[in-house]
Amino acid sequence: MPRLFKAIGRLYWRDLTVALRRSTDILTPLVFFVIVVSLFPLGLGPEPNTLRTIAPGVIWVGALLATMLSLNRLFANDYVDGTLEQMALAPYPLALLVLTKIAAHWTLTGLPLVLISPLLAVQMQLPEAAFRTLTLSLLLGTPILSLLGAVGAALTLGLRGGGVLVSLLVLPLYTPVLIFGAGSVAGVLVGIDTGAHFSLLGAFLALALTFLPWATAAALRVSLD
Amino acid sequence: MLETVDLECVRGDRPLFSHLSFTLKPGELLHVTGVNGSGKTTLLRTLCGLTRPQTGEIRWNGTAIRKLGDDYHAQLAYVGHTNGIQGDLTPAENLKVATNLSGVADGAEIPATLKRLGLSAYHRFPAKILSQGQKRRLALARLMVERKPLWILDEPLSGLDVDSVSLMTTILMEHLAQGGLIIITSHQDIDIQTKTVLQIRIN
Repeated sequence: MPRLFKAIGRLYWRDLTVALRRSTDILTPLVFFVIVVSLFPLGLGPEPNTLRTIAPGVIWVGALLATMLSLNRLFANDYVDGTLEQMALAPYPLALLVLTKIAAHWTLTGLPLVLISPLLAVQMQLPEAAFRTLTLSLLLGTPILSLLGAVGAALTLGLRGGGVLVSLLVLPLYTPVLIFGAGSVAGVLVGIDTGAHFSLLGAFLALALTFLPWATAAALRVSLD
Repeated sequence: MLETVDLECVRGDRPLFSHLSFTLKPGELLHVTGVNGSGKTTLLRTLCGLTRPQTGEIRWNGTAIRKLGDDYHAQLAYVGHTNGIQGDLTPAENLKVATNLSGVADGAEIPATLKRLGLSAYHRFPAKILSQGQKRRLALARLMVERKPLWILDEPLSGLDVDSVSLMTTILMEHLAQGGLIIITSHQDIDIQTKTVLQIRIN
């Protein structure tokens, strides 16, 4: 057991170190997120009521697309240089190693999106009362996006044009998360109780954490064959 | 002890080889030869468990490797065509990750191993600046620090200079002398003076 934790800890450290040494990889999705959300006030004009109404959807769709953009680096580098093969041959469950990689991926893409979202909320004229809901919903939602995206990334590994294919595979699966994530923020605006939204997001996350690492591991084994 | 019974492998729709049976005991080396495309890499990947054989069975100490799963992986070190090196980490960091993932060694011998393979001068640089041959040596350094009994090596000598080849040969002989098992593909003749070298030619 301690060996397993050591392996997992080392793998997490490794993915963070590698990503930090290629800082453009981390900054690209974040900057993309900021730019996409900033385009809406420019396109629609600065009318506060319009912006406020569309804000939850725009911020959530932005987060979705930014996560998409970062998916290709989840496994592709390790696949090309052969380290993924070594992971598949490690004496530990591949699903746990995959979960570790997804956790590292979320730490460097999902978490920054969550942290910068209040700033974009100000820009989109969201009332302060909605900030907490927005941040919390993204905090619950972005790990689901990373977990779902991992399955798509694993399935399209080594394919030509895999990037586009990932979007086609993964974006439809993102819709429930988007509906309840954006819905919770919109709910605060009109003053309805958002408990149900959060319960559902939490349930999605629990389900995703339980099953998707195994699905990803199975997809990786197919890609490596 | 590694055994295969009636192994048959296909790649896509193309049959590669069938009825392959052999037994490899501790201290023995199996040299797989064959023309390009004859299925050497597929055989090695099948023996690792990365690819499934069409029919037949592979056994480690009498138990099928499909049943052993992770317990078999704990015995096995594989160096394929790719080196398994992350270019943004230093050579020592790469080996540290490899040892932790392999679950066998603690990595205390990493500096000594890097020194022996002539890579200690590069310990502060990312592995991507290494040349092809040096990367290959780093991949082989991984074998040494992981300390697994079964080594499966796909063209380990490609890209190595004369000195590195002879150093590698010495390392292989040491591993055999300690009771290790080696399965290797190589187009070069391997100059190993040991009592048991099995040859398989597939075509």
